[in-house]
Amino acid sequence: MGSGTPMFRVRGLELSLPDFANKPPLGRAPMVDILKGLDFDIEAGSVLGIVGGSGSGKSTLGRTLIRLLEPTAGSIAFEGRDIGHLDEATLRPLRRRLQMIFQDPMSSLNPRRRVGAIIADPLRIHGLDRINARVDEALDHVGLPGSFRARYPHELSGGQRQRVGIARAIAMRPDFILADEIVSGLDVSSQAQVLNLLENLVRELGLTVAFISHDLSVIRRLCSQVLVLNRGTIVEYAPVERIFDAPEAQYTRELLDAIPLPDPDQPGW
Amino acid sequence: MRDGRGTVKRKAGLRLWLSGGWLAIVALLTLLAGWISPHDPLAQDLFAARLPPFWVDGAEPGFLLGTDSLGRDVLSRIIYGGRIALTVAVIAGLATAVIGSVLGLIAGYYRGWADAVISRLVDIWMAFPPVLFAILLIAVLGTGLWSIVIAIIVIDWTRFCRVVRAEAMNQSQMDYVSSAVVAGHVRAAILWREIGPNVLPTIVALLTLEMGIAVIVEAILSFVNLSISTDAPTWGGMIAEGRISIHQAWWVLVCPLIVLFLTVLAFSQFGEGLKDRFDPVLR
Amino acid sequence: MTPFLQIENLSAVIRGTSDRLLRSVSLEVNSGEVCGLVGESGAGKSMIGKAVLGILPAAVEIAEGQVQLDDEDLLAMPQADRRRLIGAKAALIPQDPLTALNPSRRIGPQITDRLIDILGWTRRDAANRAAELLDEVHIDNPQRVLASYPHELSGGMRQRVLIASAFAANPKLVIADEPTTALDVTVQKQILRLIREMQERHGTAMLFVTHDLGVVSKVCQRLTVLFAGKVIEQADVADFYAGPRHGYSKALLAATPKFTEPFTSLMPVDRAVITAVTAEIEAADGAWHHG
Ligand SMILES: Nc1ncnc2c1ncn2[C@@H]1O[C@H](COP(=O)(O)OP(=O)(O)OP(=O)(O)O)[C@@H](O)[C@H]1O
Ligand SMILES: Nc1ncnc2c1ncn2[C@@H]1O[C@H](COP(=O)(O)OP(=O)(O)OP(=O)(O)O)[C@@H](O)[C@H]1O
Ligand SMILES: [Mg+2]
Ligand SMILES: [Mg+2]
Repeated sequence: MGSGTPMFRVRGLELSLPDFANKPPLGRAPMVDILKGLDFDIEAGSVLGIVGGSGSGKSTLGRTLIRLLEPTAGSIAFEGRDIGHLDEATLRPLRRRLQMIFQDPMSSLNPRRRVGAIIADPLRIHGLDRINARVDEALDHVGLPGSFRARYPHELSGGQRQRVGIARAIAMRPDFILADEIVSGLDVSSQAQVLNLLENLVRELGLTVAFISHDLSVIRRLCSQVLVLNRGTIVEYAPVERIFDAPEAQYTRELLDAIPLPDPDQPGW
Repeated sequence: MRDGRGTVKRKAGLRLWLSGGWLAIVALLTLLAGWISPHDPLAQDLFAARLPPFWVDGAEPGFLLGTDSLGRDVLSRIIYGGRIALTVAVIAGLATAVIGSVLGLIAGYYRGWADAVISRLVDIWMAFPPVLFAILLIAVLGTGLWSIVIAIIVIDWTRFCRVVRAEAMNQSQMDYVSSAVVAGHVRAAILWREIGPNVLPTIVALLTLEMGIAVIVEAILSFVNLSISTDAPTWGGMIAEGRISIHQAWWVLVCPLIVLFLTVLAFSQFGEGLKDRFDPVLR
Repeated sequence: MTPFLQIENLSAVIRGTSDRLLRSVSLEVNSGEVCGLVGESGAGKSMIGKAVLGILPAAVEIAEGQVQLDDEDLLAMPQADRRRLIGAKAALIPQDPLTALNPSRRIGPQITDRLIDILGWTRRDAANRAAELLDEVHIDNPQRVLASYPHELSGGMRQRVLIASAFAANPKLVIADEPTTALDVTVQKQILRLIREMQERHGTAMLFVTHDLGVVSKVCQRLTVLFAGKVIEQADVADFYAGPRHGYSKALLAATPKFTEPFTSLMPVDRAVITAVTAEIEAADGAWHHG
């Protein structure tokens, strides 16, 4: 694959957050280590799958990568430049290129804005042209009719909200998308549509994606590399075929065994 | 419809209309007091003293709600008293809301040292007993409309600040705020355009409540004679005077009391009604 | 035996219009039975659950139909009574976990409130039960989670908190709206086991909303397929997987991914099938509007 520098080069990434649950009545909250020294690369134009148990730190890793959180230690090099400790003003020009689709669709949409405004707003900030056309196009890409522009988030079903979040991110035509569990709330048709869309963007526009998911069939279809996370450390980091054909870590095997197939008589259940 | 929700919805609308209607009437009457009030509120006429209101025997036309022991028209005094009450409510309410909300939003969203300073200030402020504080202030500033307004602002901005701060903190944790960061908004824009509108219903509800409180505070201060000059009609002053002649002329006490009660109630209900009405989620 | 939850001929419209979100839905859930409800995004699955629990959005109203819970007609009773009945007998696992939790309160009291207020438990019993429940949904460190605020938890932890709090008071009916979407497969497996266990041990009736036919095959005894607010097929799980009757169900089952065969999987449901079923529904709609 790529011979030059990867899009992301992450080295020794650590993140600790204050743990208010164990805060003594006086004094500071103790810190909990959530990411414990991660090393990995994301090549431009590739799709990295991130899997791992609930609470293993996937979403936190995602937020740190696009710098919603500041790492405690280690470096995040984006196109060769360490963005780990840049301040918000310096990061802002990069924001258009780095997008995130959030895990919780309802809370990622402002309840007081209509779908049209939610998608158009980031476009406006970055001074893009043809905003109306782009909004329509983005909605169409995720299979929502144009009439949904006038709806508020609470007037949508769960899957429709999720697709609005996806539309908002792709409308920006970013170079990198961090997709946090974006298809788990969608039915097969919408899943297929969204995944085809991502695949096309990757193939045709060279989009780079980090794809957090617990759905291994989706991972297998979409990703070239897979990173398996467990309690804030990487337990396996390999090309996708290796993970499926010869899973090394015990944890990866467990994940494979627990996939429910549409068959009431599947052994092991 | 069989679904019970229909009735609930209608009640919320009714509440808004009733309370809004009452406030509109009071506001109109007081704004147009010069033209509408049937008599000069200060004009005394000892021959027309203690006339009962219109539905009681012995009433005189022209004195709808009767007269007090000095023969002053009760209705006219209520209308002019409303002027002072509403002025205090609107000015003190708005000023309190603006000061408290701005500080609360900043503390709740920016956190860090701004929050530390503002929260500490609020804590210290709230340690003073409010009534003592008000009386002290007025002792320093002297009585008068402005002293009341300032006293209310000085005492009550902390209530706004606390509630708004907590609400801003809650909203800040929502992912739509992170989405706005990812979109490339500057922080001030996120505060005003994303968080602000979501905190607004809380602010509006608090504001109307605060206006009701301002009306009560003004009444209490005039009741204990710390308000405007003693002869200007105020609801609190009327209640104080009416108390003395309760056995001979109960209406001098009861009429302003009812108006006061309804106005305060209307303010709080109006806030609730607005909140329901303009919340896209509930509409 | 009459079903614990019986929905008959339920239609819901957008208030003030005749746009139907639910089209004469009839559905039954017996005690001790898990009934799957599947359908594509926007089909109206959540709407059914909300209609039963009386939490429809203000813009949606019920146009016709009946909902009976434990032989009592929910729609005919005064709202206060209905709330009480539902509070005592039913529980919801909502679809969006973060918005269902109060952001400014710790998790612990949010679980125990209902036990203390409605069932009159002591604070200590309730706290113990909450910890026990979190343990049952395989949360590693229950004490830490109980003391955390919602935003300090991961998506899957929040979802499990809601599962735990739904089961806290041993409800007779649980409406689970996509309860495992944020869980990885290993935890999902454990949760599905827990659900089967609850249903066997307490005879809980459960309406299980999902779009994952793999999951349905593991916990449900019967399932209902919904399309555009209309029931397309109802069947026993064994029969369904042996061969669905309706064309749409067939296409849906065929499109369900199997990770064992990655490149044939993840196809959208056949367009032609969708067009056919849409036409079928429109024809039925015409009859409804004139009838
Ligand atoms: N703001 C915070 N304060 C303290 N702890 C946090 C905070 N945010 C996350 N955590 C903790 O970090 C750990 C990882 O959370 P994260 O959301 O990254 O998990 P995840 O891998 O995305 O899991 P899931 O699949 O359930 O979404 C969890 O144990 C969580 O409790
Ligand atoms: N307040 C509202 N006003 C108008 N339409 C609404 C409103 N709320 C929901 N809808 C519409 O009702 C339909 C059914 O929504 P529902 O939430 O039941 O879908 P769902 O089957 O649960 O889908 P998902 O799997 O995506 O959660 C959707 O098409 C949605 O857009
Ligand atoms: Mg997560
Ligand atoms: Mg739903």
